[in-house]
Amino acid sequence: MKHEITVTVNGTKHTSEVDSRMLLVHYIRDVLNLTGTHVGCDTSQCGACTILLNGQAVKCCTMLAAQADGAEITTIEGLAQNGDLHPIQEGFWEEHGLQCGFCTPGMIMASYDLLKRIPNPDEQQIRHNLEGNLCRCTGYQNIVKSVQFASKKMSGAAGDD
Amino acid sequence: MAVTKMFGASVKRREDARMMTGRAHYTDDVRRNHTLHMGVVRSPHAHARITSVDTSAAASMPGVVAVFSGADLVDDIAPVPCAWLIPDSDLKVPEYRAIAVDKARFVGDAVAVVIAEDRYQAEDAADAVNVSYEPLDVVTNQEEAVKDGAPQLYDDVPNNLAFQWKLNGGDFDAAQNSAEVKISQRFVNQRLIPNAMEARGVLADFNPGSGSLEVWLTSQNPHIHRLLLSAVTGIPETDIRVDSTDVGGGFGSKIPLYGGEMVACAIAKKLGRPIKWMESRRENYVTTSHGRDHIDYVDLAATNDGVVTGLRVEAYANHGAYLSTAAPGVPTWLFGTMLSGPYKIPNISCTVNGVLTNTTTTDAYRGAGRPEATYLIERMMDLLAQELGMDPVEIRRKNFIQPDEFPYTVATTLQYDSGNYDGALDKALQMVGYEDLRKKQEQLRSEGRYLGIGFSTYVEVCGLAPSAAAGAMGFQGGLWESATVRVHPSGKATVFTGASPHGQGEETTFAQLISHETGIPFHDIEVVHSDTDRIPFGWGTYGSRSTAVGGSALVYAARNVVEKAKRFAAHMLESSPEDIEFNDGVFSVKGSPERSKTIQDVALAAHLAWDLPEGEKPGLEENYFFDPTNFTFPFGTHICVVEIDAETGAVDVQKYVAVDDLGNVINPMIVDGQVHGGIAQGLAQALYEYAAYDDGGQLLTGSMMDYCVPKFEHIPHMDVDRTVTTTPVNPMGLKGAGETGTIASTPAVVNAIIDALSPLGVKHIDMPLTSQRVWKVIEERKGS
Repeated sequence: MKHEITVTVNGTKHTSEVDSRMLLVHYIRDVLNLTGTHVGCDTSQCGACTILLNGQAVKCCTMLAAQADGAEITTIEGLAQNGDLHPIQEGFWEEHGLQCGFCTPGMIMASYDLLKRIPNPDEQQIRHNLEGNLCRCTGYQNIVKSVQFASKKMSGAAGDD
Repeated sequence: MAVTKMFGASVKRREDARMMTGRAHYTDDVRRNHTLHMGVVRSPHAHARITSVDTSAAASMPGVVAVFSGADLVDDIAPVPCAWLIPDSDLKVPEYRAIAVDKARFVGDAVAVVIAEDRYQAEDAADAVNVSYEPLDVVTNQEEAVKDGAPQLYDDVPNNLAFQWKLNGGDFDAAQNSAEVKISQRFVNQRLIPNAMEARGVLADFNPGSGSLEVWLTSQNPHIHRLLLSAVTGIPETDIRVDSTDVGGGFGSKIPLYGGEMVACAIAKKLGRPIKWMESRRENYVTTSHGRDHIDYVDLAATNDGVVTGLRVEAYANHGAYLSTAAPGVPTWLFGTMLSGPYKIPNISCTVNGVLTNTTTTDAYRGAGRPEATYLIERMMDLLAQELGMDPVEIRRKNFIQPDEFPYTVATTLQYDSGNYDGALDKALQMVGYEDLRKKQEQLRSEGRYLGIGFSTYVEVCGLAPSAAAGAMGFQGGLWESATVRVHPSGKATVFTGASPHGQGEETTFAQLISHETGIPFHDIEVVHSDTDRIPFGWGTYGSRSTAVGGSALVYAARNVVEKAKRFAAHMLESSPEDIEFNDGVFSVKGSPERSKTIQDVALAAHLAWDLPEGEKPGLEENYFFDPTNFTFPFGTHICVVEIDAETGAVDVQKYVAVDDLGNVINPMIVDGQVHGGIAQGLAQALYEYAAYDDGGQLLTGSMMDYCVPKFEHIPHMDVDRTVTTTPVNPMGLKGAGETGTIASTPAVVNAIIDALSPLGVKHIDMPLTSQRVWKVIEERKGS
């Protein structure tokens, strides 16, 4: 069965006809060709496919595209604005929070959600809140530092307003 | 080598820009028009005769273009190759078909493939292929498999023994006969699943017009894969391009050539349309090679004052159902040769039985053989210390090879390049606060609490390898590395390397190296790797070799560029090359610094070639092939501090200190990252990870829900630092960093736990030391 869906992805509205069973991650990757959102597992363990759906971090391999009808989606491609990296991206760069880079888009999107909920998390809170995202390269230590970097930078920016 | 601003600087990684904005191109991100998708039918049985493969229902399903059984492709693809043919071991390489023809030998063995317009249709149709099996008896454990009467995987491999390999140095029996202390222990080094975050996959695009095949591949060694793909498909290597520029982690699992990739290439040629296959994580668990899986019987001979005089190991290595590409070399040469560790052990005897079972193949997994060896020797040193009532630090110091004894040839034939084992140990002891910790331990013990301190004073072998050594070991290739440094007319440079980084950051470190050597600004240097149409032949990235070997090739190529540029500069400055000084990209006449030309000036002149020095050719480009004279031997001390909750058996890692000696370091930030990740993987082996099979050969830990890939909260904060002992083996004096963490950390964690439980008389627990296992041992001990 086909469904017509309308979604706004990174500020652009798309209307598409999708199969009932098409996963949202495949819609994003294979229909919209936004390949920064990755598939790392079949069981929603790894978090490589994390996006923001209506502002919340969601593992989009766990959702059907049809369920996203009407949603506002941000993928990793939509995070940097006007060529300026988001502070979380800066943090990952500064603190060497990525190696092979495959988990990174999901990790960054999950961190975005975390920092929205807890703007100044301590190490324990970062580790706890990101435990749905797996990284096999870094041993996580530098990801913790990356998020701390972003947290500082973002709270600094908020103070400037 | 003088350390300049670029060499030794924590420069931010340039590859990050594309990766953290979603603009990298991993294999599954590459798009070609009219691509077909492959689905694989896999055996649900660990051992079964295939009596029929009925593809008719599948073939008529929507979107299905073709269905192939193993028999259909026998003439199109040769068997999966094994490329490490260890000599003098009675090695038997059984036929390994990309798609099984008459027998399936492990759960996940491919039986047929379906080609369809999209992946969903391919998966649907794969389910509709009707295969009839006649199940056979199954054996998954290597000790069981070699017994008489065990199920036989092959008619021509009696007792499932693929090889028996021996390495002897000195006379262990004599050492054993005269030993004052003898320690024996059986160790299980459990099977692990690599779990690179990107699974394996391929996009193969054959152009019937030109006869060329383009392959995007999840590979650590694209040139080796091109060569092997050529051999198995019959397409000349000149017509094959393999591109593996962005690869989402490997850890050894993307070294081998696998059946799926071969089949996709063969079918792309057959159908004249691009074929994509990305394994699901479930497929990854059953078809991408696993690691470790040893059972080791170890005997150690020593004197009463703790001097080790001999070591004997009898190992049973489980290779799974077939011999994967590099498999035979891993539990033999990469294991047996490192059994001496950092110690002077004059008599070592090692026998390795390579066994075939009804399980997924095993091959290199980060460290590959060296973690297994290090685990044994570091555990045995602790058992000896425990037996003699000595401090584990003292027993290690007593047996260390001393700094003035290098180069040192161990009983297992290797010649260690350089080392200062006490230096790293001293630094680590200071960082962890050893004396205070022992006092604290005593205090806590009096309160009935279990604090443990574990050591690993490891040494490892990397920088693979002198090609002559590779040949002597039966590796079917060389292990030199290549480099091209091309300075363009503008003075910017492109460097081409045969190394194939997939997370290690060499796009950055190699640019740092070339900037250091040539004075060309870092940002003006492009690093090209992993695309066989662009790079010279090279052997890829594994064995912590990329910088030690590939970087060396680059340094020498760059130095030849500078030498040529110097001759040009002398000509331009109307001087002679001997009178030219070179500093930071500027050639100047000695004593007249105002008379100078930059390397950019020279690059332009060399390309214009209007006025060449006599006998010179235009251009500014050099190739170099570097074949190292020896391996490199990084070393260090890792200390783990744990407290165990006796009520639950839960292990709390309170402190982890690592002091590694990797020689010189080009980019400390990147090296720290390599060490962190390595420690996490080794620690996870000690505490969490294992691949479990049931008696029928079903993988019980077949997904990320069942297998513990460590999460944020599983990995402790790590304090890492370094000592620096350079190596004479390469021009940078560096040793390699990719595997040290994994090699070092496992025994440090296990030793800490055993140390914590030693008041209960506990001597050994096999890995992983999950809370359940630890709790069980505590309960048994308390009860006894």
